[in-house]
Amino acid sequence: MTTLLRTEGITKAYGGVQALNGAEIAVEEGTIAGLIGPNGSGKTTLFNVITGYERPDAGEVWFADRPITGLAPDKVFAAGIGRTFQLTRIFPRLTVIENMLIAAQAKDRPRNMLAWFGRDAWTHHRRHAMELLAFVGIERHANVLAGSLSYGQRKLLELAYVLVADPAVILLDEPAGGVNPTLINMIADRIRQLNAEQGKTFLLVEHNMEFVMGLCATITVLESGATVVSGAPDIIRSDKRVLDAYLGADLDEDDGTAAEPVLNKETGR
Amino acid sequence: MKAQTLAKSGGLVVLLVFAVLFPQVFSNPSVTNYGVLALVFATAAVGWHIFSGNTGYIALGQAVFFGSGAYAMGIAARDWHMQATAVFELLPLSAVTGALIAIPFGLIALRVRRHTFIVVTIAIFFIFQLMAFNFWFTGGSSGLGSPFLSWAPVPYNRNFYYIALACAVGAIVIAWLVGRSRFGLQLRAIRDDEDRARGLGVKAMQVKMAAYMISGTITALIGGVWFYYLNQVQPQTGFNPLFDLTLVLMIFFGGYGSIAGSVLGALIIEPLSLWLNTIPALNGFNEIVLGAILLLVLLFMPRGILPTGAEFITKIRTRGRPAVVPATTIGAAPSATPSAPSVSSGGAR
Repeated sequence: MTTLLRTEGITKAYGGVQALNGAEIAVEEGTIAGLIGPNGSGKTTLFNVITGYERPDAGEVWFADRPITGLAPDKVFAAGIGRTFQLTRIFPRLTVIENMLIAAQAKDRPRNMLAWFGRDAWTHHRRHAMELLAFVGIERHANVLAGSLSYGQRKLLELAYVLVADPAVILLDEPAGGVNPTLINMIADRIRQLNAEQGKTFLLVEHNMEFVMGLCATITVLESGATVVSGAPDIIRSDKRVLDAYLGADLDEDDGTAAEPVLNKETGR
Repeated sequence: MKAQTLAKSGGLVVLLVFAVLFPQVFSNPSVTNYGVLALVFATAAVGWHIFSGNTGYIALGQAVFFGSGAYAMGIAARDWHMQATAVFELLPLSAVTGALIAIPFGLIALRVRRHTFIVVTIAIFFIFQLMAFNFWFTGGSSGLGSPFLSWAPVPYNRNFYYIALACAVGAIVIAWLVGRSRFGLQLRAIRDDEDRARGLGVKAMQVKMAAYMISGTITALIGGVWFYYLNQVQPQTGFNPLFDLTLVLMIFFGGYGSIAGSVLGALIIEPLSLWLNTIPALNGFNEIVLGAILLLVLLFMPRGILPTGAEFITKIRTRGRPAVVPATTIGAAPSATPSAPSVSSGGAR
């Protein structure tokens, strides 16, 4: 297995605040990786650095053995890294299907100026987009304005339109945040399915420990912008530094009761 | 749906026939004058819509293109000693001037957004006005005159009416093509969330620049027509600070974000303001009256007359029916997505 996405010694400061301080992460191809850490530990900043929304002060981002540090977001996306946002960012005044087409058109560039005005190439995009909407279960809403979707539906739409461009790695920023339990399970299922059937690589930030532990093969823990530890969920769960920094005594106490079903879920896959 | 499309195209044909027949029915030059100037502003409004209406970047420097189109024609006609109808051959030059000016203008202004963008466009506008006042080739504060056209008043206005009508129809067709294309979709995605659009592979700067150049081209072209129609341009009329204000008011009056709204606003406001100018009793007050009318409309129809009117009609037609069809929640209604299992065509179990 090869490392598909990797960061080395990323630092990023906002004024006096050191958001990232040597953050390192490595995501193996075809795996689901997790990124956890307390609030303000730099998870989203690391996502922003990887996807080109922020330029790091120092350090390198490698994607498929190619440095992509400081590339513009559209170039990073074209290279094959898709992402969702913590607060979902959809295009509220476009319809759901139009949201999907925005991402779809990134893949095939029109051959000439006139093709920009055409819509001929859209039929197969439209069909693919509808399939993906059905995959996440919101195809009935294809022609409504995306702004009228509920929060959970927006999360699904965001996932779908990242998928439409068929990226190699998908970065998910809190896919389960603020979403009802039924939907959380559905999102987890979809991620698992994409991983198993199409070999998609995922990197996800999440505070829902059950979700992360059940889904991810490797987990990286960030604290104060630096990587504390990285490894399989079992290792993370029992790591003293992680317990002190993030998971805290709560999960320690829960370990006897709540951790068991989580483990089952994990091994059950 | 089909009946609606039919009604729509039927309506458009009726409008176009009316527009074509207008100067034949009302041949009085003082009436056709209203028509020419209304169409000039309608074209400029559609030009504004292509960039600002789609992207949400409120540009207040369109007079830069309008004035530059007028000056380009005036300077070329003077220096190349062109006469009479041959001057119309310079209209493409006006258009190209607009496109070329949009490049440096856009490179500066399109780096910033929202309020900063508005301020930068205004600043660039004043730079152009100052240049028109002070360059050696622009004729200073007295401006430029155009070559003489030996047409009688009636055909004079009628011919210019048809030229302006052709420009307006052309601009509307371009705006419509942009609106339905993937290019237009990208522009509207930029309006909703530019950073997100970039993250989905939209080359925001290129796309905005292309729209800005189209907008500049159309505005400069109609600036050339306007110049030859009035036979003159001065720095304060070509680069008129009220031009952009009027344009934006027309669009917000008619309906921001739609082609029809932009055209409608121009076709109402421009003749209205010209007419108010002719009323002796309102001498000196006419702009106040116009301002009051606009404020009233914006107060009661904040999104413009077209969207508010459309809502009103929908309200009457759907009276008694529920406004929104109740939607079932996703998780709770697996039966409502019967196609779901067949869709995981990517190799599902």
